[in-house]
Amino acid sequence: MSSTLESAVKEICRACGNDRMRMMDIVRAVQEKFGCVDSQAMSLIAKEVSVHRVEVESVVSFYAFLSSQPKGKVVIRLCDDIIDEMKGGRKVAEALKDKLGIDFGETTADGRISLEHTPCIGMCDQAPAALINDEVVTYLSADSARDIIDKLQSHMDPKKLVSRLGDGNNAHDLVRSMVHNSIRKEGPVIFGTMAPGDGLRKALAMSPQEVIRDVKTSRLRGRGGAGFPTGMKWEFTRGAPGDDRFVICNADEGEPGTFKDRVILTERSDLMFEGMTIAGYAIGADTGIIYLRAEYAYLRAFLEHALAERRKAGLLGKNILGKHGFDFDIRIQMGAGAYICGEETALISSCEGLRGDPKNRPPFPAQKGIYAKPTVVNNVETFCCVARILEKGPGWFAEMGSEGSTGTKLLSIAGDCSKPGVYEVPFGITLREMLEMCGAKDTLAVQMGGASGVMVGKAQFDQTICYDDLATGGSVMVFDQSRDVLAVASKFMDFFIEESCGYCTPCRVGNPLLKERLDRIRAGKGEPGDLDYLQDLGETVTIASRCGLGQTSARPVLSTLANFRAIYERLVKPAVDGLQPAFDIHAALADSTEITGRESVHFQR
Amino acid sequence: MSDTITLTIDGRKIQGEPGQTILEAAEAAGVYIPRLCAFEGLVPHGSCRVCTVMVNGRPQAACTQPIAEGMLVENDTAQILAIRRNIIDMLFVEGNHFCMFCEKSGNCELQALAYRFGITAPKYPYLFPSRDVDASHPDIFIDRNRCVLCGRCVRASRDLDGKNVFEFVGRGPEKRVAVNAEARLVDTDIDVTDKALDVCPVGALLKKRVGYAVPVGRRLYDHKRIGSDIEQPATTK
Repeated sequence: MSSTLESAVKEICRACGNDRMRMMDIVRAVQEKFGCVDSQAMSLIAKEVSVHRVEVESVVSFYAFLSSQPKGKVVIRLCDDIIDEMKGGRKVAEALKDKLGIDFGETTADGRISLEHTPCIGMCDQAPAALINDEVVTYLSADSARDIIDKLQSHMDPKKLVSRLGDGNNAHDLVRSMVHNSIRKEGPVIFGTMAPGDGLRKALAMSPQEVIRDVKTSRLRGRGGAGFPTGMKWEFTRGAPGDDRFVICNADEGEPGTFKDRVILTERSDLMFEGMTIAGYAIGADTGIIYLRAEYAYLRAFLEHALAERRKAGLLGKNILGKHGFDFDIRIQMGAGAYICGEETALISSCEGLRGDPKNRPPFPAQKGIYAKPTVVNNVETFCCVARILEKGPGWFAEMGSEGSTGTKLLSIAGDCSKPGVYEVPFGITLREMLEMCGAKDTLAVQMGGASGVMVGKAQFDQTICYDDLATGGSVMVFDQSRDVLAVASKFMDFFIEESCGYCTPCRVGNPLLKERLDRIRAGKGEPGDLDYLQDLGETVTIASRCGLGQTSARPVLSTLANFRAIYERLVKPAVDGLQPAFDIHAALADSTEITGRESVHFQR
Repeated sequence: MSDTITLTIDGRKIQGEPGQTILEAAEAAGVYIPRLCAFEGLVPHGSCRVCTVMVNGRPQAACTQPIAEGMLVENDTAQILAIRRNIIDMLFVEGNHFCMFCEKSGNCELQALAYRFGITAPKYPYLFPSRDVDASHPDIFIDRNRCVLCGRCVRASRDLDGKNVFEFVGRGPEKRVAVNAEARLVDTDIDVTDKALDVCPVGALLKKRVGYAVPVGRRLYDHKRIGSDIEQPATTK
């Protein structure tokens, strides 16, 4: 066995050029082949790529899809985001546990099947959903979950679980997935018809500076969430000193409730590749990288194929479209389960074969990005917009949307609404219009922008969706009157605790502390002073955290405190007789009661 | 272009050199910015966030942010002091810190910061994590109960000793300092003379058999508060 491991690791490392920068590919391959990257494998990899063993351990221990302990041949990862829970996820979880006879985090005694929870897998429109190895299974129920286990136990082949195919390219031979696109509203930018090469041809007829000027004129802002002006980012990168430059497409769609990039990757990958190629031309890069989240591995072969088609058509490779000297190609870098890698500098760390820790800024990626070279990182949707801007002109684009937010935006809407799915809408529509559009009734709250966004209530329904009012990277979660907004907030805090990289103190420690006090209040043990405590703690986490994750991680608490304060106020109780309601004397005495075998004389139950 | 940069810290103009961080420029001008992960001679880490300052109204870590002409830095404001105090509180409740019998007491930077900020007890609830101790090495031990994840030992071993004995593993609340071996410190190439052993701000990485050598009253922070060696006496300001 160990000689098998040794030769396999050697071969995997050699296939990756014994390059430590390709650590992600190496550890992913070892994980896939052996079900884990165990201690021995770590030592072997370290030797092959000339790093210290602990550096390999550092990477393996960081990503959720990698493991140092053996996992089953089949790993079931049930999505445990709030939408899945609302759609019956708990019953599915119980059925899976019951049927397999194991709990989450465990592997069956025969070593065949492992059961795990995983945060949002980008399938909220068809929840509850799970990943079974790389396959996606959707619309789960307790019955279908039991049926899946029966089938797996007989054939152990996740691919055979796909009984019906989804629409569009989900039915493509290289995808063959049961995922549905759920495109509810097509707009002109993303879903308009396109012929590969249209935007690129126009771009190549201009100088790179003119391309950047057009992107600036369109006033396009990044679609990932932060909303930085794209043209300005490109200009900085082009102007930064250095010989090599890189274009990175952030396809690590991990914000809970977002699934619009999944649909772009399935139906509009050409538009995205085209935008990346235009970016390459504009900034003077010859390499593009798509960082694809591990949850979307089922799309990888299809995307590789689409890239090969573009190479054949002369849209990638050397002297693209006959333009002498313009060489550009794109490769796919797989992630391994880490929300933080959607943060651009963490994404770069991951591409470099490191833990997904964000980097200190300055320098910014535009100056020193991947391999310390000038790098543009944009979202999937942003690149699509670029291709369309070059094709149709910046004026065409800027006429849509609102003053500070031009163009259209893809929304992924899910939760308590009759028409969940992807909507392409012009910026500037009100929340009320949006709720009407998706068939939401009796709405209590809307979470705009995912866990890192804000929870808003009725008073905000006339606000508009745009960068300067209610911003969103695409995630919209709808909650009706039957929902408990503080339970939702608590769920989001679980998410941030799980996904924090742990680098900086406020995020690593502050989030568990926020969760502790929020849950205490939810349990009816809060005091009025706890509201100020949460506000103060939340502000410290927001102000002092190092990256965007920590700077937004307190929002579930802070936005519910601001917009649903009455709920908190009903729950907290002033201290009576000088006793603190939060202090549970019986819980505090439990250990000593057990050890001494008798109850306290003063505090009997 | 002049080779000095002028910036303002809490209303006071100071001069710095190009390439300096806010923390370095402030220190050279006699202004102490509290810090924990920053250590002279090691690359800035920016992880503890104790040195958070406001720069032109935006929060930045003073240890990683380079100075720029005309920068307005707020270091000694009620808001910043409250944030730092909260962060120090967090570090106490995150680990298991028992100052009264810790060898590092009196020489501990975390403890000294708490005294400087007037913290007698943390306002956050203790998290009481279960952490391990590695006493496998004959001359050195690691007590992870006291570790604040500042990464000084990681950087010192890598950059000063050229060894990479330490590295971070895990993420979020599970993050910890691991050693470059299957499990135990004794199986690494660490040596008792390594510089990595001299940088720990707390009592997490210590040499054996030298604890409590300095009597109470003569320890580093027994009479002067942390940062006082940097701060200019008020009269010369």
